[in-house]
Amino acid sequence: MAIGKKKSNNSPQTISEPEIWSFITSQTSKSCFLFIALFAVFIRLAVALHPYSGANTPPIFGDYEAQRHWMEITINLPPKDWYRNSTVNDLKYWGLDYPPLTAYQSYFHGILLRFFDPPSVALSSSHGYESYIGKLLMRWTVLMSDLMIFFPAVLYFVTVYYSGNPDDKKSSKAWHILMILLNPCLILIDHGHFQYNCISLGLTTAAVAAILSNRDLVGSMLFCLALNHKQMSAYYAPAFFAYLLGKCLRRQRPIVEVLKLGLVVVGTFALIWCPYLNSVDAFLEVLSRLAPFERGIYEDYVANFWCTTSVAVKWKRLFTTQSLKLLSLVATVSTCLPSMIQLVWSPTKRGFLHSLLNCSFSFYLFSFQVHEKSILLPLLPASFLVVEEPFVFQWFIHSALLSMFPLLKRDNLVVPYAAMYGLFVLLYHAPGVRKDAGVSSSIPVILKLFASACSLVIHIVYITVTPPEKYPFLFEAVIMSLCFSQFVLILIYINLKQWAPSKISSEADTKKKRL
Amino acid sequence: MTKPPTNSGVVWWPALVAAAVKLLLIPAYHSTDFEVHRHWLALTHSLPLSRWYSDTTSQWTLDYPPFFAYFEKFLSIFAARVDPTITDLHRGLNYASSSVILFQRFSVVLSDLVLVYSAHRLTRSRNFRALERLLISALVIWSPGLLIVDHMHFQYNGFLLGILLLSISFMEEGRDLIGGFIFAVLLCFKHLFAVAAPVYFVYLFRHYCRGGLVKGFGRLVLMGSAVVAVFAAAYGPFWYYGQIQEVLQRMFPFGRGLCHAYWAPNFWVFYIMLDKALGFLFTRLGFSIKAPTASFTGGLVGDSSPFSVLPTITPLITFITVLLAISPCLIKAWRNPQPRMISRWVSYAYTCGFLFGWHVHEKASLHFVIPLALTSLKSVEDAKHYFFLSIVSCYSLFPLLFEAQEYPIKVVLLLLHGVLMLYGFSARFPETSAMRDPAVKGGDNKSETNAFRIGWFGKSYLIGLVAVEVWGQFLHPIIFGDALPFLPLMMISIYCALGMLYSWIWQLTQIVLTN
Repeated sequence: MAIGKKKSNNSPQTISEPEIWSFITSQTSKSCFLFIALFAVFIRLAVALHPYSGANTPPIFGDYEAQRHWMEITINLPPKDWYRNSTVNDLKYWGLDYPPLTAYQSYFHGILLRFFDPPSVALSSSHGYESYIGKLLMRWTVLMSDLMIFFPAVLYFVTVYYSGNPDDKKSSKAWHILMILLNPCLILIDHGHFQYNCISLGLTTAAVAAILSNRDLVGSMLFCLALNHKQMSAYYAPAFFAYLLGKCLRRQRPIVEVLKLGLVVVGTFALIWCPYLNSVDAFLEVLSRLAPFERGIYEDYVANFWCTTSVAVKWKRLFTTQSLKLLSLVATVSTCLPSMIQLVWSPTKRGFLHSLLNCSFSFYLFSFQVHEKSILLPLLPASFLVVEEPFVFQWFIHSALLSMFPLLKRDNLVVPYAAMYGLFVLLYHAPGVRKDAGVSSSIPVILKLFASACSLVIHIVYITVTPPEKYPFLFEAVIMSLCFSQFVLILIYINLKQWAPSKISSEADTKKKRL
Repeated sequence: MTKPPTNSGVVWWPALVAAAVKLLLIPAYHSTDFEVHRHWLALTHSLPLSRWYSDTTSQWTLDYPPFFAYFEKFLSIFAARVDPTITDLHRGLNYASSSVILFQRFSVVLSDLVLVYSAHRLTRSRNFRALERLLISALVIWSPGLLIVDHMHFQYNGFLLGILLLSISFMEEGRDLIGGFIFAVLLCFKHLFAVAAPVYFVYLFRHYCRGGLVKGFGRLVLMGSAVVAVFAAAYGPFWYYGQIQEVLQRMFPFGRGLCHAYWAPNFWVFYIMLDKALGFLFTRLGFSIKAPTASFTGGLVGDSSPFSVLPTITPLITFITVLLAISPCLIKAWRNPQPRMISRWVSYAYTCGFLFGWHVHEKASLHFVIPLALTSLKSVEDAKHYFFLSIVSCYSLFPLLFEAQEYPIKVVLLLLHGVLMLYGFSARFPETSAMRDPAVKGGDNKSETNAFRIGWFGKSYLIGLVAVEVWGQFLHPIIFGDALPFLPLMMISIYCALGMLYSWIWQLTQIVLTN
């Protein structure tokens, strides 16, 4: 594999420009994090100035209205009615379809909104409510969630990640924090489009950090919380499962260890689901809301396997939903399997991070009912690995941004999209940092240049040209296939990387010896 | 970006990052200045030159000097292509579609290129280390004041200050003729910059026009003709059409009051407060004091004085006070005109103009905060002073953005700026003298006191600043409700005026004590 020849560049070589960022990187962890976090908050606030999804588009509006509606439902109805169709809770109008933790979060935010702007969450009468102060308060709830969950989780993760590492790795810490906190896709979706991904992703980050610091029980609990905020967090489940299982098997009493973990998982779930555990019906009622199989195997133009191949194979016509469900399950599991087997075989921390990326990517590409926004899930572990795989991360961000472009264009977010895209490129290429981020082998560089050129052309075409009437979604299809092909390349490469860990560790050893 | 030899990346990189941030700020609140500049686009586009300064279609009549009008005319060529309504004199009134917002915001971002180029030029010419270049360009380009005033409130200060810095950069290189020429151009863009004209005059007279009577006189004639040529280019066409009277009347509206609607934090705030206090005291003591009929912000109507006890202030008095305040600097410039002092002297002149001028706007503090950034790294005292001054100046601009949406943005912006300066200055002036690079200029003093610390004075002032803000934003509305609405603003004015006065005294002593 050509990309594999790339040297592992763990520390930025800053010989020609002696440490111009040292005034930030030489600060203590917390001071350094504070500075970057302030910048990240500022960028989030600026993105939040722009319109949200479905602004001024009655009668359905968009995700903003969905979140606002959930606040309205949760603060006005008792928990048992949250997921139940009734005269005041028409499930067809943005019915709650996320697990209970999202509902609790909506409840708390709803109380906040009711305190400052009561009409914005009044039962029924507030449908389609839009106002200056309403928008502001909603934006601030996202920022608050980000600050309270995602930011501390990232600090925790980075502290754990660099705790055992030699000093030469530590100089890239600030850049690492920057890359995780200023992920343009996450900021655009949460603070532009409007969602609360920062909560589930933050909980996942904290779970990963806890597990990396050997607090497996805490990690499992945090991951269960993430799962209960967004069911999409299940994309990471195989990696968590395989890593913890592999670790338990290496302990003295594996069965007891597994049982302990199981108890924590069941306990956390029971706690969160307790309003719906009094009857089987109530439980199934909620569960059916969380698995919208009737919506088909894919939606819109998501750059995954099913949607891309549907150009040639009409999956929806050839198979029933039932068999498609099975087919996608088999495809997802079989693509996750190599990564899982490796992890059970040798549960290393590095392998765990790679596996998080592999499994979530497999889910994105092969599972049932995937949304464009789900690309955020594989992006998170990719940002954890940014110091080890800067080239792949950068490539991934480029294609992920492109894959979300049609969605963000619909939301009137082209200007912040362009600004965030530019900002990412600039931060990635900050002067004095990551001089050696270039790849020694030329094939991936040429490939990436080609992909970037295509991406640039399709961006311009998408904005300026109206598609032919016969194929109204021609450009979406082109974007989708372009992204899909790049995603597949990245998935294969990361899988290979996970299977070849010994080479890296030996390289690290020789590096140590040299020092 | 070619980095190693000139480190130009450390100037262009912050500039591009700033551009991305400015794009993100496009939908932010903009003041009536936005409509002012829009109207000037329409005015210069639709009317012949002879009517530019006599038209009264909108209340926002053209009151900048001719070069700025030509600049608007130049922009209007593109504006008319983007959207003809922008440049329509009547249909365009209060036009605020997305096209006009995008166009005008982009015009500010692009015109900032002048500022970036001058920052590049200034730091290039003095063999700065990479860290120093990065810091200075960051202080200039990422100035929170400029972001607030230009990219949210809406004005073209970055462009104008860029011209000023360009002039300073030529003067520092000893190229007086072109430096003076550029300053003359600047005066024809915005006449408020004329406060530094005495400094320029004395300096150029003594530095440029020296070397014997004949050579000196020759140079005087050369410089004089350059300046006259600039002014002729600016005002000539208006003189030709017999419009000079109208131009001057528009440019010098002495009908305005001593203070702007929001009192700029300058010396007259204390004068007004003293008058109020004396008036109160005398009334208590039994003297009959006539309550003033005029307001400070309104114009001079007849003989009525806005002061109850103290003598009234006329434009002439402020003019003389400003001249008196500048005079120590003029004497220094006369005795020993040195290129390395020019940015200090120019900044000092603008400080005097700000403190003692007639109808000063709070935005005018940028005129000395930005040039002072150039000298902020010369000594630890400079760094301490700049840290203090730029925070005061930025805080005094807070009332410009009074809507809730921008509140967290301005606060985070100031925090970010403060932390950047704190880390940057601490790295440039570290605790231990052994760490210092021998190449640093003025690094001969190796005592421990050379480390950058905020100090008890700065700390207590900053705590007071936080207290003023907390009072104005949170406690005042709770305690007084809607009563005394002017009190929070007045407190900001007085508190910042204290800081400005300190800065003035500090600069004055520096200038007097330096040989």
